[in-house]
Amino acid sequence: MNNLVVLPILLPLITGVIAILFFRKVSIQRFVSVVGLLLTAAASTVLIVQVAQSGIQTLNMGGWTPPYGIVLVADMVSALLVVAASIIALACLLYAFRSVNKEREEHHFYPFFHFLIAGVNGSFLTGDIFNLFVSFELMLISSYALIVLGGTERQLQETIKYVLINIVSSALFVASIGFLYSITGTLNMADLSVRIAEIGQSGVVTLIAVLFLIVFSIKAGLFLFFWLSGSYAAPPAVVTALFAGLLTKVGLYAIVRTFTLIFYHDPDFFHALIGWMAGATMILGVIGAISYRDVNKILIYNVIAGVGFVAFGMASASRTALEGLLFYMLHDMLIKTLLFLLGGALIAVAGTSKLDNMGGLIKRYPMLGWMFFISALALAGIPPFSGFPGKLLLFEGGLQTGLYGLTGIAVLSSLLMLYSVLRIFIQAFWGEPPAGVVRRPYPVNGLLIPAGILFIFIIVMGVGAEGMFQLTSRAGDILLHPNLYIDAVLKE
Amino acid sequence: MEILMCVAVGILFAVAVFLILSRSLLRIVLGMSILTHGVHLLLITMSRLKTGAPPLLGEQAESYVDPLPQALILTSIVINFGLTAFFFVLSYRSYLKLKTDDMEEVRGRPYE
Repeated sequence: MNNLVVLPILLPLITGVIAILFFRKVSIQRFVSVVGLLLTAAASTVLIVQVAQSGIQTLNMGGWTPPYGIVLVADMVSALLVVAASIIALACLLYAFRSVNKEREEHHFYPFFHFLIAGVNGSFLTGDIFNLFVSFELMLISSYALIVLGGTERQLQETIKYVLINIVSSALFVASIGFLYSITGTLNMADLSVRIAEIGQSGVVTLIAVLFLIVFSIKAGLFLFFWLSGSYAAPPAVVTALFAGLLTKVGLYAIVRTFTLIFYHDPDFFHALIGWMAGATMILGVIGAISYRDVNKILIYNVIAGVGFVAFGMASASRTALEGLLFYMLHDMLIKTLLFLLGGALIAVAGTSKLDNMGGLIKRYPMLGWMFFISALALAGIPPFSGFPGKLLLFEGGLQTGLYGLTGIAVLSSLLMLYSVLRIFIQAFWGEPPAGVVRRPYPVNGLLIPAGILFIFIIVMGVGAEGMFQLTSRAGDILLHPNLYIDAVLKE
Repeated sequence: MEILMCVAVGILFAVAVFLILSRSLLRIVLGMSILTHGVHLLLITMSRLKTGAPPLLGEQAESYVDPLPQALILTSIVINFGLTAFFFVLSYRSYLKLKTDDMEEVRGRPYE
């Protein structure tokens, strides 16, 4: 029992509520938001220290022992993800101060922002499958509001599609929970795992697991990503950055959690299935990334390819791959947010998202250019930066389990990811500015400072991989041995 | 009884899918609403429809029906109610702005 576990959910909720009260006073909203997020970040840091020192922390809500009450669980996996989410939220918030217009700020931008963070942290920390659904909905409803806020024609069109696809997948989620409840009679994840182990892997369990896989794949953009490329291009850059860093990763976390904790009894079938989906996602993602000549589209398809990499780690599921998966996922959250923040700054200074109308920006914006260059290298996994250790472990795990084809696809798509992002760099920063367009200098430093927070973490994670690895390897332990989680939750 | 309910849920799902795949936005919203009805009926069916008193301890009955799915459905109903309201207003706003409710036309429209 540790009351600290609830703080990463509670603090953003309270902050959001306070921000609603001051909806006309933007400066107070900003102040409250920063203080709230700093407290959240501090709470999650203390949480991860406690998890590192004394193992899995649980909190039985209302004092009801599991499986009867709702339980919040912070193990190394969720604690790491919550810390990463706080860092991303802080960077995006500071970026939003500079980039979101006053009208949006006055119409509850910050409350929705904080409710989204509460939903994300809730999804990471919950130990109850129906509570996971509720956290998903909290996160999604805030994301609907953030994506449509502003109400341009494009946002309206894309929001209709985004809302519809998410409502259908949420309905499927509730249906799957109903099926699961009918065969096990419980909703607590640890207890579900015990009951499923008693029943054994019958056909019904496999069917339900596939249903869950479909639901979470729609949320994560794993193979079923047809909705993602349109929706993510519609809102302002900072919202896209927040979505790219957090939303798809919550779906991935749900896949990782359910398939290592609950449905781990028939690995051959599921790992093959997830492997096929991962391969297709990586291939289709990089095809999208190299075929567009638009900054937003290229980065969005890189998000999809990154989802494929995490799923590739699930498919091989050896010890090395699971450790690498978590390392890569943390890196992926940070780097995708960073790239969208830098991409947003790039679009702001160039006045367009079309690559053909850009050129010669390195002379006027050297800082932006080199930060973008280093981020591109980190995305591809060039050694001193954070993309390398995770990918190395993923490839090693893939080769250990004999997935040579899939590992080949992953290596190839890393190269193509590098090509797609470096093409932005070459086209936008090298060469001569397009003729006939005179642009006033844009005060870009205000946008680069928040991006710098993430940038520092990208470098530190790469250089200090040894220290990070101690944390991710303990998370790998939990993913590999579901009993650790079950014992921590159902202990008496 | 469960079989009857399952057939009913199946019909609701089929109607919902048919409506969601149609072109008019209003029919899509209706389809979504019917889909959630189907899901809620499915939840109550999946907890076995055995006979028993309503889950109130004042009833002093021998056996009660399962209270948990009712709580789940209640949660899901209000969530979907919020979503439906949001979706309706979204459709209204997009009708005002885009001047059409035909999704094929919306899709073919170039941005900006």
